[in-house]
Amino acid sequence: MTTTPLLEVEGLHKAFGPHEVLRGIDLAVMPGERVAIIGGSGSGKSTLLRCLNFMEVPTAGRIALDGRTLGRRGRDGGTVYPESELCGVRRRVGMVFQQFNLFPHRTAIENVMEALVTVKGTPRAEARARAEAELGKVGLSEKRDAYPSRLSGGQQQRVAIARALAMDPEILLFDEPTSSLDPELVGEVLRVIRGLAGEGRTMLLVTHELGFAYHFATKVVFLADGRFYEVGTPDEVLKHPRGERTRSFLARHSEFAF
Amino acid sequence: MTYDWDFSLLAQNWPVLLRGLLVTVELWIPAMAAGLALGFALGLARLSRSGWVAKPALGAIEVFRGTPVLIQLIWFFYAFPIVIGVQLSPFVAALLGLTLNTAAYCAEIFRGGIQSVPKGQFEGARALGMTRAQAMRRVILPQVLRRMLPAFTNRAIELAKVTSLASVLSVHELMYQGRLLSATYYRPLEILTTVAIVYFVLIYPGSFLSARLERRLAARS
Ligand SMILES: Nc1ncnc2c1ncn2[C@@H]1O[C@H](COP(=O)(O)OP(=O)(O)OP(=O)(O)O)[C@@H](O)[C@H]1O
Ligand SMILES: [Mg+2]
Repeated sequence: MTTTPLLEVEGLHKAFGPHEVLRGIDLAVMPGERVAIIGGSGSGKSTLLRCLNFMEVPTAGRIALDGRTLGRRGRDGGTVYPESELCGVRRRVGMVFQQFNLFPHRTAIENVMEALVTVKGTPRAEARARAEAELGKVGLSEKRDAYPSRLSGGQQQRVAIARALAMDPEILLFDEPTSSLDPELVGEVLRVIRGLAGEGRTMLLVTHELGFAYHFATKVVFLADGRFYEVGTPDEVLKHPRGERTRSFLARHSEFAF
Repeated sequence: MTYDWDFSLLAQNWPVLLRGLLVTVELWIPAMAAGLALGFALGLARLSRSGWVAKPALGAIEVFRGTPVLIQLIWFFYAFPIVIGVQLSPFVAALLGLTLNTAAYCAEIFRGGIQSVPKGQFEGARALGMTRAQAMRRVILPQVLRRMLPAFTNRAIELAKVTSLASVLSVHELMYQGRLLSATYYRPLEILTTVAIVYFVLIYPGSFLSARLERRLAARS
């Protein structure tokens, strides 16, 4: 079966001033694929993810969504991304952050409803019903009227996932969704993410939980110095790494058993 | 030392003060309202990522905050007309100066408030597809307006008193009328005391209401 990739990245570069963080990333993600991105601290994992929903604008390269290249050619030969197009892309590519980034002045259900109403223009009653359904899916129905400050980190992250899901994204990006959680709260969030995998959703996940990545991903990429140092199946990259740097990275994370 | 306090002249002259009070309010409320609106725009400009927008905004804010209001008012009445070639009435010159001065202070309040919201809030909103304006309106401002309220109240109180400087341009506001009466009756102590009381009566209800509103908002969160 040949289909167009849902997400296609070609020669992606990102520099902050003189500091080149991404130096040519190529990636194709088919519908239903789950990509785990691993790599050392500062290797550019977050930056890569943030380029994919344009929280950061790439310095160079091409990003295509469902076969359509984003942005248009500017006068100086670079690519310009009109603001309206980026807002459209962000509706289709959801993101879950390490720090949850819930709106503290809104209850759990209002957090989930907010963008449905303001961005999608869904009528409030309908948005509320949808939000309740999403909160139910992450197991937080009874917390719907709680403010984020009254929720545990794990609960906050689940609300954040429900909030992203409510927008019906075609792709979900997770940036270390469990890194700021107490160890005993990690499991509940990973369970939710595993459930999404079961639904066949297309997802990209940056994580240090290598054990989870092994079971979750259909493809694992090891990022080093702003390039894909090694790409393959979880077995290939995590169990039988070929590259020297992949091996030493994994050795440093040897506490994870697959 | 004894002094014969005599407030009787105020019994006949209170309409003069009342007319002055009216002009004071006509300076105060519009300057505050326009200052808030303009201050918001200026505060956003100050936060712009483009230096071409942010630097002029910063310059304007610093000029208005760093120079005496009295000189600003005089400048708008005497110098500004030379620059633009249109003579302004004393009232309009005073209103313009007070508005811009208030805008400069409000811009800094808005900027500080907006910057106090963690960047992640803005990103959370943007990642859901909100435009900058939507993120500002639905996520950032609701969180900070409450925190800014005391600062805006201070500004409004300050401005109510600063309107008295318009008297140097012969705007017939409260202070001007008070000085006029003083000069006529040689009773500055009684008259200025009365004028001070009128300012207080003007300002206090607003400051009282704002404190109550603040408590109500604090209780709600
Ligand atoms: N907005 C920015 N401005 C300047 N430099 C940045 C910015 N964001 C990231 N960087 C730099 O880019 C590099 C890669 O950062 P990034 O956050 O993508 O790394 P990471 O792989 O996600 O690391 P970690 O595992 O610590 O989250 C780092 O050196 C970082 O300092
Ligand atoms: Mg990171």
